[in-house]
Amino acid sequence: MNFYGLVDGSEASLKTYLSKLSGVDQVGANARAAMLATRSIKTTSKRWAIDTAISMVDLTTLEGADTVGKVQALCTKAVRPDPTDSSVPSVGAICVYNDMVGVARKHLDLIGGKHVPVAAVSTAFPSGRASIEVKVLDTQDAINAGASEIDMVIDRGAFLEGRLIDVFNEIVTIRQVCGDKAHLKVIFETGELVTYDNVRKASFLAMAAGADFIKTSTGKVAPAATAPVVLVMLEAVRDFYEMTQKRIGVKPAGGIRNTKDAIKQLVLVKETAGEEWLNSKLFRIGASALLNDLLMQRMKMDNGYYASPTYVSVD
Amino acid sequence: MSFEYAPAPESRAITNIKPKYGHFIGGKFVAGSKHFPTINPATEEILSQIALAGKSDVDAAVKAARKAYNSTWSKMPGKERGKYLFRIARILQERAREFAVLETLDNGKPIRESRDTDIPLAAAHFFYHAGWADKLEYAGLGSSPKPLGVAGQIIPWNFPLLMLAWKVAPALATGNTVVLKPAESTSLTALLFAEVCQQAELPAGVVNIVTGDGSTGALIVNHPGIDKIAFTGSTEVGKIIARSVAPTKKSVTLELGGKGANIVFEDAAIDETVEGIIDGIFFNQGHVCCAGSRLLLQENIAEEVLHKLKKRMEKIRVGDPMDKNTDVGAINSKEQLAKIVELAKVGDAEGGQRWSPACELPKKGYWFAPTIFTGVTSAHRIAREEIFGPVLSVLTFRTPQEAIEKANNTPFGLSAGIWGEKGSRTLWAAQQLRAGVIWTNSFNKFDPTSPFGGYKESGWGREGGRHGLAAYLKSVSNEKGVM
Repeated sequence: MNFYGLVDGSEASLKTYLSKLSGVDQVGANARAAMLATRSIKTTSKRWAIDTAISMVDLTTLEGADTVGKVQALCTKAVRPDPTDSSVPSVGAICVYNDMVGVARKHLDLIGGKHVPVAAVSTAFPSGRASIEVKVLDTQDAINAGASEIDMVIDRGAFLEGRLIDVFNEIVTIRQVCGDKAHLKVIFETGELVTYDNVRKASFLAMAAGADFIKTSTGKVAPAATAPVVLVMLEAVRDFYEMTQKRIGVKPAGGIRNTKDAIKQLVLVKETAGEEWLNSKLFRIGASALLNDLLMQRMKMDNGYYASPTYVSVD
Repeated sequence: MSFEYAPAPESRAITNIKPKYGHFIGGKFVAGSKHFPTINPATEEILSQIALAGKSDVDAAVKAARKAYNSTWSKMPGKERGKYLFRIARILQERAREFAVLETLDNGKPIRESRDTDIPLAAAHFFYHAGWADKLEYAGLGSSPKPLGVAGQIIPWNFPLLMLAWKVAPALATGNTVVLKPAESTSLTALLFAEVCQQAELPAGVVNIVTGDGSTGALIVNHPGIDKIAFTGSTEVGKIIARSVAPTKKSVTLELGGKGANIVFEDAAIDETVEGIIDGIFFNQGHVCCAGSRLLLQENIAEEVLHKLKKRMEKIRVGDPMDKNTDVGAINSKEQLAKIVELAKVGDAEGGQRWSPACELPKKGYWFAPTIFTGVTSAHRIAREEIFGPVLSVLTFRTPQEAIEKANNTPFGLSAGIWGEKGSRTLWAAQQLRAGVIWTNSFNKFDPTSPFGGYKESGWGREGGRHGLAAYLKSVSNEKGVM
C-alpha cells in the first residue's frame, strides 16, 4: 500500500508526516466556530438545509436493549421518515450493532429500502479494548451480515500513549477487511482525545491510513461533536484534498439533537470544506433524536405552525 | 442545488429616525440653525438632517457643562455617580437592538458587528467605569484624586457609539462633565444616546452633544471654557489639536492613526492565524485605527499562508450591512472611498501585486472589495501610510530580528499582533515591539479593563483600564504642587 505517497508504512515516515502539521489554536478555533454559529439561515435556504440534513442522518440505535422489532421500526422510518409526505428523502444510513445488521438489511430490502445502507459499529465499539484478531473478526462478521459501512473506533489508549503507528496499522488492517465491500468510517472519540491538536493529528493519521470518513464520537462520551471539533476535522479534510485530490467525508455524531444544531453543522461544512462536501457521500450526522426535530421543522415550514410531537413517529 | 444563504435582513422598524435633529444641551434637545444630511453609505439614502453647531451652540454647551460640573456632578459622591453609569449601561443593553440597527444604517458596518461587538462593548465600558466611580482613591492617583472639569470630546466615525462610550464613561465616572461631538457622517447613535441620558435622568448638562464637522471640532478644541480635550481620529488632525492646546492649560489625550504589524512566525497555527489576519484587516471594513494592515510573514511559510488566506477571503460575504450574514459592509463615506481607491492605485503603481476575491459589489453606495497587496516592501507607501480600508499590505521577513525591525519601522505605534506557538519568542517579540497594544494569537480584541493607546504618532495617553482614569483625573499631590 502506498498511503497516497504520504507514509511508507514505517513509524519514522508516519512521524515525519504528522510532524509537518501545524498546531490548532484553541481560542481561535472556538472563536471561528462561534462566529459561524451566528449565520442566519432562513426561508428557501432553511428548507434546503432541512432536506439535506435529513438525507445525511445516520439513524442510529446503539443500545443494549435493541430488539428486532425496534430495529425494524427504525428501518421503516429511515426509508420514509414522514409516512404522510413522500417528498421527504430517506436518511443516509441505518447505524446498528453487529448482531442487528442482518435484521436491518433484510427488513430494508423488504420494504423498498435497498438504497439505504446499513452501517455497523465495529472493532469492539465503543471502547476499542480488544485484540486486533477480535476486531478483524468483528468487522468481517458485520460485512458478512450485509453492512456496507463500518464505523470503527480507534485505540485511544494507544494514541494517548504515543503508539501512533499501532493506531495507524489497526486502521490499515480494518481497511483491508472492508476491501471494496464497505466504506470505512474512523471514530476518534474526540471527547477522550480532548485537545484540538490531537483531533487534527488523528484526522491526518486516519485519512492517510485509508479512512473514507472521519467521525467525531461514539455517542457514548461527552463532549462529542462540538462545533470547533467538527471545524478542525473539516479543515483537515479540506487540506487533505489539496494534498491528495481525494475527498474524505466527515461525520459528527453525538449531541446534535435539533434542527438549529444540524443547520449549524451545514454552515460549518459550507464555509470550511466547501459545497462539494454538502451531500450524504461526504457528510453524515450520527443521531437518533435529530430526525424528528427536522421533520417537525419541515412541517412547520409547510404549514406555518408547529405541529404536536404526536404527528411524528416515535423511534 | 447549492446552499446559498437566503437574505436574512434585520428589520429597521425598531428605529425611529427623525427628519431633522438639533443639539443636546443642558439636558434638552435644542434646534440647530444650519443643517447637513447624514446618509446610509450602503444605499446613499438620506437618513436625516444633522445640525451644524456654530460658536453660540458650543458656547451654550460648554456653559451647561460648566454649570452641571460646579453645581452637581463634581460634588456628587462617587457612589451616586456610579448609579447613573450603571443605569446608562443597562439601558444600552435593553435598547441594544435599536442602537445596533441605527449604527449599521448610519455607518455601513455589518449588523453582525454592531450587534455582537460595538453595542455590547459600549455597554461594557459603562459597566466597568460605573464600578470605578466610588473607588477612585484606589486607582493609584493619590488618596483623593480630583476631576479636571469640562471635557471636550471629539470622536470618529468608525465605531460611533463605542468611541462615545470610551470617552463619556471614564469622564463621567471620574466626575467630569462633557461636551461631545460625534463625527459628521455618524451622529445618529450619539443623538440616541442623548435620549438614554434623559431616560436615565442624568442631571442636566452632565452630557452635552453638539453635532457638526471639523469647524465645530475646532470651536471645542479652542474653547477657553474647556479643561480637557479627548480626541480620536487622524494623526493629521491630532497634530493640529496638539498645536492648538500647547499654549493652554488644557490636558489632552489623542488616539490617532496606526499601521499595525501582524507578525506570523513559522510555527503559527495556520488556520487560526488566517482568521486573525482576516479579523485584523477586514473587521469593520478595515476602518480600525489599530488594524493589522501590515502583514509580516516569515518567508518559509509565506506561500502557504497566502494560499490559505486567499481561499478564506473567497468566503467573505460582502454586501448589505443589514443582512445578518454579511461580513464586510460599506465604506463609510465617498471621501473615504476615494482615499482608499487612491492609495490602492499607488500600490499598483509602486509594483505591488493586487488581489481580491471575485465578489459582486452593490451598484449604489460606497464599496471596496477586500484586497491584499503582495510583494510589498517597507519602502512602499502602502506599507507606510494608513489606508483605513479593507486593504492589506503583505511583507515577508527571514528572522525574528528582521520582523521586529520592520514592524517598528513606522512613525505609528498603535497595535501589533504576534502569531506563533513558541511562548518565549512571543514574550521577547512583545518586549521589542513599540506599539501600545499587542495581541498574541488574536487580533482586534477589546475589553474595557485593558488600556488602549499608542506610541509615537499614534497618540498620547491611554483609554480604558486603570490607566485610562488618569486621563480624567488630577492626582492630589499635583494639586498641592508637591511631587
